[in-house]
Amino acid sequence: MSSPAAPVLAASDLVKIYPPASRAGRPSTALAGVSLDLAEGTCLGVVGESGCGKSTLARLLVGLERPTAGTVLLQGQTVTSFRRPELARRLQLVSQDPFSSLNPRLTVSSALTEVLLVHHRVDGKKQAAARVADLLEMVSLGPQFASRLPHEMSGGQAQRVAIARALAAEPQILVLDEPTSALDVSVRAGIVNLLAGLRTDLALSYLFISHDMAVIRQLSDQIGVMYAGRFVERGPWQSVMSEPLHPYTRALLQAVPEPHPDGSLLGGPEGSAEESTEGTLEPGESPAAASAQTGCKYAPRCPIRIDRCLTEEPPLEIVTGAHEAACYRAGVPVEPGDVPAEAGGVGERA
Amino acid sequence: MTDRDVTSAEPVLAIRDLSVGLRARSGVTELIRGVSLDIRPGERVGLVGESGSGKSLTMLAVMGLLASPVAVTGGSVTLGGTQLVGASDRTLRALRGSEIAMVYQDPMTSLDPLQRVGEQIAEGLRAHGVSRHEASERTVAALAEVQLPDPARLARSYPHELSGGMRQRVMIAAALAGNPRLLLADEPTTALDVTIQRQILSLVARIQRARNLAVLWVTHDLGVAAQFVQRLAVMYAGRVVEVGPTTAIFSDPQHPYTAALLDAVPSTTGERAALGQIPGSPPEPGSFPAGCSFASRCRQALPRCTRAEPILEQRPSGVEAACFVPPAEWRA
Repeated sequence: MSSPAAPVLAASDLVKIYPPASRAGRPSTALAGVSLDLAEGTCLGVVGESGCGKSTLARLLVGLERPTAGTVLLQGQTVTSFRRPELARRLQLVSQDPFSSLNPRLTVSSALTEVLLVHHRVDGKKQAAARVADLLEMVSLGPQFASRLPHEMSGGQAQRVAIARALAAEPQILVLDEPTSALDVSVRAGIVNLLAGLRTDLALSYLFISHDMAVIRQLSDQIGVMYAGRFVERGPWQSVMSEPLHPYTRALLQAVPEPHPDGSLLGGPEGSAEESTEGTLEPGESPAAASAQTGCKYAPRCPIRIDRCLTEEPPLEIVTGAHEAACYRAGVPVEPGDVPAEAGGVGERA
Repeated sequence: MTDRDVTSAEPVLAIRDLSVGLRARSGVTELIRGVSLDIRPGERVGLVGESGSGKSLTMLAVMGLLASPVAVTGGSVTLGGTQLVGASDRTLRALRGSEIAMVYQDPMTSLDPLQRVGEQIAEGLRAHGVSRHEASERTVAALAEVQLPDPARLARSYPHELSGGMRQRVMIAAALAGNPRLLLADEPTTALDVTIQRQILSLVARIQRARNLAVLWVTHDLGVAAQFVQRLAVMYAGRVVEVGPTTAIFSDPQHPYTAALLDAVPSTTGERAALGQIPGSPPEPGSFPAGCSFASRCRQALPRCTRAEPILEQRPSGVEAACFVPPAEWRA
């Protein structure tokens, strides 16, 4: 990704290998070489399915874990070299479950005040009270929420408080790890809109992680698609969504149940639209990044693979403009008749 | 099977004016209020709503699985000719697995981690009088029908050896092994990745058509509803506020709640604009307001909406909606 200014957050060749869970187990590779640049004031959306490594990436980026190899640079400095409060004033993580990040015994006001005082963002308690009111207003919660405890709030309200708490430290960057995944449709819409507004108002930079293509599209300038611990595609949101290059991205987009009935799974005679849809879907599930298989990790499921895909791993390369893909067959259309010869052991279906 | 065939057939399941409440010494707190819904052979019906709308509770009530102090407080549920409300445990047990089957969101809560999956399916069949030999044959056939590879070997595996998608296939195989007429599903694909979800939905759609099965699919995901069900009931605060053909509801919603919900769903296509929001939050059971439960959050609400409760009425588009204000009179 090219950007005129230096990135606020940059990762290069991140590898994370977890030790075996048991003596008989094998080490597990969660990330197998991930590089990214987050340009100031932009949102990079990272999308992928379970086990693709996106949450591990979040944990490495915020310094919660150290990479096995590779570096994370925050404003040019190694992220793990920052003292915790210094880091927290630059970078905050918002996770899926707001209740896990809020102390159940602290009122909203106390929780926010604590952050404000620790980070010297206010002079004394009186100023803190005014700032708490500001923060609540920023996340569209009324002043009455100041005295609430976490259990007195709904999931959406608690997520707003978690966002306010992250903002209290006045960071420049938010790493958002599935912040809307546990929420109901109407509540999720409110949080997505809120995050979009805050980014503009406060000139924040976002790394936004989600399994949901439609939510990612809503907020991102750039979208990166992860599979088996790597980016397989990345580029401007319009290009990735409307001209996906990697067959995995296309399968992912095709699998999203769109809120517009198109009859693809609706009734109808045998051999109708449903059957053809099923034919273009790859069997199997995402393999662990650790899988011993050589070449492209997606090849066993890929309907348009060629022999080279099974032996050589394609690097992430520019295909057009700023649109990158890690695929020897980038952009090759999938014909309805293309199905993998066999699922090669990772398959779900015979 | 055409739509006309579906609507003219006798319903497999008829829910009439079903109410469910929480009984306490101080009185009954209403949780589900007057839900009516028919499901006919060969029909896939969706029940959608947000948390607390009563969709899962409706399903549990149909299965006779409500646990005290939550109980059916009114109405009826008939399966074929059998009244399920108030039926004995013995009657219900005989029906579950043979006439009605159910799949849940988390297969790990219904699968015994210490028993091979094949034995678990066979056990269900044996409970309905199937011989040992036939049960084992039908188990392998059921696993093959859900397209699990090498079903005979897979029958000998334990749940933890399978992926989430495979476990959900096993649950569907177990549900369908007894050859039920009605499948009830409570968010069975919600915990799965979208690519796996798509495979499961395709699979169920195919089996459903082949067997002319009646399906009631509970989901919070409007995308899944749009793609998968022919008819849809939208629940809010314990009531069905809109019901009708899926295509009609999505193209021309008749209830302001349905319309607002559809506006709140992001899409992977079309213009990128701010999502629609619904102010406030749904009323809690026990404090359902007078009149329409959605009125306090509704942009279209008129003074009468807080006084009288609208009932489901037929609209020209073919759906029924419980709202005094037709879309033609909606404010932008």
